[in-house]
Amino acid sequence: MLTFKRLILAPLCAVLLMLSAGAIAEYPEKPISYVIPFGPGGESDITARHQQPFFKNKFGQDLVISYKPGGGGAVGWAQLNEMPGDGYNIMGVNLPHIIVKPLQKDVGFKTSDLALIYMFHYTPDAVVVKADSQFKTLKDMIDYAKKNPGKLTFSGSGKGTANHLAQVTFDKLAGIKTTYVAFKGTGASVTALLGKQVGAQWGYTSVGAKHSDKVRLLAVAMEQRHPRFPDVPTFKELGFDIVSGAYRGIAMPSSTPEEVRVKLSAMIGRINADGEFKKRMENDGFALVDVDYKGMKAFMDEKKAGYAAAAKEAGVIK
Amino acid sequence: MDSLAYLLAALTPYHIALAIGGVVAGTVVGSLPGLTATMAVAVLIPITFSMEPASALILMGAIYTGAIYGGAYAAILLNTPGTPSAIATTFDGYPMAKRGDGDLAITLACIASVCGGLVGALFLLFLAPPLANVALAFGPVEYFWLAILGLTLISALSQGNLLKGLIGACFGLLLSCIGVAEISADVRLTFGSHTLLGGIEVVSALIGLYCIPVLIDLVATPDRHLEVEDVSRGFRLREALGISWRSKFNLARSSVLGTLVGILPGAGGSIAGLVAYSEARRASKQQRHFGHGAPEGVQATESANNATVGGGFIPTLVLGIPGTPPDAVILGALLIQGVRTGPNLFTEHGSIVYVFIWGLLIATVLMLPTGLFIGRYAYRFIVTVPKALLVPTVAFMTLIGTYAIRNSVSDVVIMIVLGVVGWILGRLGFSASPIVLGLILGSIAEQGFVQGWIIGAAADNLWGEFFGRPIAMAIFAFILLSLFSPLLLSRFRVKREIAGAD
Repeated sequence: MLTFKRLILAPLCAVLLMLSAGAIAEYPEKPISYVIPFGPGGESDITARHQQPFFKNKFGQDLVISYKPGGGGAVGWAQLNEMPGDGYNIMGVNLPHIIVKPLQKDVGFKTSDLALIYMFHYTPDAVVVKADSQFKTLKDMIDYAKKNPGKLTFSGSGKGTANHLAQVTFDKLAGIKTTYVAFKGTGASVTALLGKQVGAQWGYTSVGAKHSDKVRLLAVAMEQRHPRFPDVPTFKELGFDIVSGAYRGIAMPSSTPEEVRVKLSAMIGRINADGEFKKRMENDGFALVDVDYKGMKAFMDEKKAGYAAAAKEAGVIK
Repeated sequence: MDSLAYLLAALTPYHIALAIGGVVAGTVVGSLPGLTATMAVAVLIPITFSMEPASALILMGAIYTGAIYGGAYAAILLNTPGTPSAIATTFDGYPMAKRGDGDLAITLACIASVCGGLVGALFLLFLAPPLANVALAFGPVEYFWLAILGLTLISALSQGNLLKGLIGACFGLLLSCIGVAEISADVRLTFGSHTLLGGIEVVSALIGLYCIPVLIDLVATPDRHLEVEDVSRGFRLREALGISWRSKFNLARSSVLGTLVGILPGAGGSIAGLVAYSEARRASKQQRHFGHGAPEGVQATESANNATVGGGFIPTLVLGIPGTPPDAVILGALLIQGVRTGPNLFTEHGSIVYVFIWGLLIATVLMLPTGLFIGRYAYRFIVTVPKALLVPTVAFMTLIGTYAIRNSVSDVVIMIVLGVVGWILGRLGFSASPIVLGLILGSIAEQGFVQGWIIGAAADNLWGEFFGRPIAMAIFAFILLSLFSPLLLSRFRVKREIAGAD
């Protein structure tokens, strides 16, 4: 009988203890669900997977990654604010997607609906050619495109995306006309380049890192050269004012309390500050950025204006 | 290290345990409609962080290959493909089960899966670097024609009523357009509904169109779900081996086709199964048995879809381009471990690649005993469990499975709606397969066509883009053959009969 009582009492006490501890414990005290609004295996997934072990190490809790693909991310973002705002639900966000999509059509969310916490990296846009391409420099390519308007084809990931907007902006700045062919994701777009279906690719620095033996980057859209590619010039060096790419960050449901948002922002910042994390990310061709919760508004205001203009130019919004 | 040493490294008890555990877990996951190989592998990623790359690959490869085989159970016993790869398994597997040969069909599927898996893995072992180029030779136009080739299968699937088959396919093509278009980013056919933005998810459509009508019929009719003989017949392994030996050419052809389709990044197990099925049907002397429980149909699909496992790893490991969706997940896991894929992987990191390939071969061989046992259990469960228990169990699984695909309630609603629509259409004589074919192949055909058109227009050579590329033309020839051979054959036969009458 005694043992029976113990059997009941022990878990009861444990539960009570946990509850009382919960009130004073530090966030996070249980695993956090991290939803990626794309399928597994893409760059949004891979960069989240990079964060996973560092989060566990530093804060003692797991980031549990799951996927909610559809509508180029729109399905996930449209549902973000319906999730509980207890701090244990976070979702990946991507630029320019969250800016351009709501401008195109009603996709179930507006940019301002999303409580953005931190932008932790971006994959800079880059012009990629095959290693055996006739274009050795960006100038070779521009010369060719000037002589053959519309003939040079670029593969890229999707429409209204970082790749597409970069192509439109660059064509305008360089005074050339090229043909953009949208593919389903960066993987398919690289395959088209390697199979010589297209002449060049609007890709990312990460493509250069992953396929370093088969491709060459002609220029990268960064403020400074990427540490992984010290020999590749930036567009700025070559006289084109393009700094762009696909930014990735984290958002929370809008019902999440302010203090939890600030806490999570600081936590993601601490992962970004880890030297080993930085090394791994840069080795894969990503570039870290630190836009925290406080700096988000200024960052987004600037990006909104820039992307909206480019998207209008590209004809993806009216 | 030579290959013997790699084999021994793969034969450690730890690796064998991973292979068995992976195959068993994969088979179970694959047999549940909605739970796919991609998800099974994705769930595992955090576990593999702490493993050696070769061990992690063996575990993921074993789960993957098991899941592709497991998809056959539900296809044969419930007319519902457990994974998209098993769509064509339903064509003949379910009729076989209906007439009481479900156990035989499952044993045949197991043997065929092991054959296909071995062929794919052997290609990976010996010919991976040269074969990887196949992945690059396929451009948009080739995918377009491949999808059209798949669509010609409609004529075979809708015997007796081509018109209804074509209408069904058009309905499927329309379904494939719903949502945000993959490459043009247009929002189409959503009628303002946010639920439809994400489009019709293929797996939930499969569950709806195939499984719900079966469930409704189960409830609506008093007969048993499947015919059963009272005598216990074991695995019917000897009989199955005999059939497999007689159709060794079918198995070999389907396995090679499966490997090749697996290499193509834009096509997966579902297309491999469909292409192999239609080739098996064309080559067979008894075409009219297909669709009515021909063992060759099950064998062709099951060997082809398991061959895509080894085939898909070829571009994944050589080029860093995933051959199939689960490969994309595996590639991501390797990246995080710091393993760089590429030709160097084969020359410099043999201890990873070759140990893994041997591990995959071992896992495939182990699938024979484990698959037979699990298959036997699944069969016994489905035939012996009373209907009153079977229907709610399966219905519950379909709901869970559909929800799990992308954690979405809307997918469940879409699944049920499509199921009811499918049941009504079935009553009117439209079968589900042409709709599913349209849904799966529609987006591939559309993307290939649009991309091919843009590239062709940029080069001022539209005609040459679509009709001037050798691989595209070879596929085009198969399309013509597939479309007109029944016509020519029947005309030939008529002529002969007239000649005979003279």
